[in-house]
Amino acid sequence: MIHYLYRDQLERHPELGASMYRDRAFQFKDRLDWDVSVDENGFELDEYDHLNPLYIIWKDAAGRHGGSLRVMPTVGRTMTAEHFLDLTDGVRITSPFIWECTRFCLAPGASSSVAGALLAAGLELGLRFGLEQAVGVIYTRVLGLYRRFGHVPEVIGTKGEGNERISVCIWDVTEEARNEICRRSGVPEAMIQSWFDASFPSRFRQSAAVA
Amino acid sequence: MSKETLESLLERLQTTKSVEELQVWTHELRDYFGVSHVFYHTATLKGEQVGAFTYSLEWVRRYIERDYRSIDPVVLGAMRRFHPMDWKACDWSSPAARKFMREALEAGVGNQGWAVPIWGPNGEFALFSLNDKCDDETWEAFTRQNAKNALLVSHLVHQQVMRIVHNELDPPSAELSPREREALAQLSVGLSRANVADSLNISENTLRAYIDSARHKLGAANVTHAVALALAKGIIVPTGTLPKY
Repeated sequence: MIHYLYRDQLERHPELGASMYRDRAFQFKDRLDWDVSVDENGFELDEYDHLNPLYIIWKDAAGRHGGSLRVMPTVGRTMTAEHFLDLTDGVRITSPFIWECTRFCLAPGASSSVAGALLAAGLELGLRFGLEQAVGVIYTRVLGLYRRFGHVPEVIGTKGEGNERISVCIWDVTEEARNEICRRSGVPEAMIQSWFDASFPSRFRQSAAVA
Repeated sequence: MSKETLESLLERLQTTKSVEELQVWTHELRDYFGVSHVFYHTATLKGEQVGAFTYSLEWVRRYIERDYRSIDPVVLGAMRRFHPMDWKACDWSSPAARKFMREALEAGVGNQGWAVPIWGPNGEFALFSLNDKCDDETWEAFTRQNAKNALLVSHLVHQQVMRIVHNELDPPSAELSPREREALAQLSVGLSRANVADSLNISENTLRAYIDSARHKLGAANVTHAVALALAKGIIVPTGTLPKY
């Protein structure tokens, strides 16, 4: 199932957090050979992970990471503005209605419905919090993955050569996009919604209302 | 909801040159939303506390003296977060929190509230809240209708506070890249978004992101307003070209 967890909340899910950061090391360092740092625990962590971002994580039946992405508001510090400004025509994309998605990662052997669930969960988050767009930094060659779910982003800018090409992309946050991903990945919308509600309950407890 | 437009409210926000003036302005904001109170607070990276609110000074003094910040469920619930939340999502279950709530209600704070935590561009944190006295149903209808504007306004309040604190109240032309100014300039002469995107050789979604970024930096309510403000501030000139700097 999908969990939405800020980094400080991950402390209560040590196995989930550890397996996510290790899967990220495997994907970004070992497999893609990105210029990322891996610490003594085998965790891939960058400066933005230390800012307490929000993660959307697929937890498998064994309680381990099956896939994830990282979300941050563009009104704060972002990877796009701090490292890829040259790909956005020098425009610092910053709006409370646009959030940034980075570090989209799948555990080795993750099924394609995990990828679909993560993308749908990202859109669910945007729809619930009143967002209009998502900007992201992706490896250009994984565009096909998004295509499979009918969720092709528009590429704002690309740099690098061949397989190393990195793009800044933009997605519109719409119900139609979420529904299409759900249809193609076989993950029902109601399930995505219930996972969101479990992570962001509208009431802390029944007694939360003012007496 | 008052008859005042969001545009004029935001234009007056930009005329506030001090935290005291902002404090006065929060009363207009409260009337615009038609709620009991609005509240904004940040601690700058230098540790300076900045607040602007419609609460009574008596309540705020008491809040500070008794260090209610350390037990206020909304502060605790929103700290280190960046998604908007209803006060009901916060943990009011402890006896200390419930006692705090009773005192707050006596001081005129609403029983319903909406909090927008803000992560600033320099890693600073701020909290904005609207609150009102009403039942759950009324409040749900209110938040459904106003969540978007609350999100928009809260970030512009924070932006204005940062400009006041850093003494950078000049027109924010420097924050707009040539590309954003180009896009606004072309919109100002009546080109459609499709035409502007075409002429800048970008997609319409990219154009949307660029002009919403420009809107935010200009402190505008919407794109039309952003174009008007950019013209008024001389950031663009109405010929579709860029002014020389």
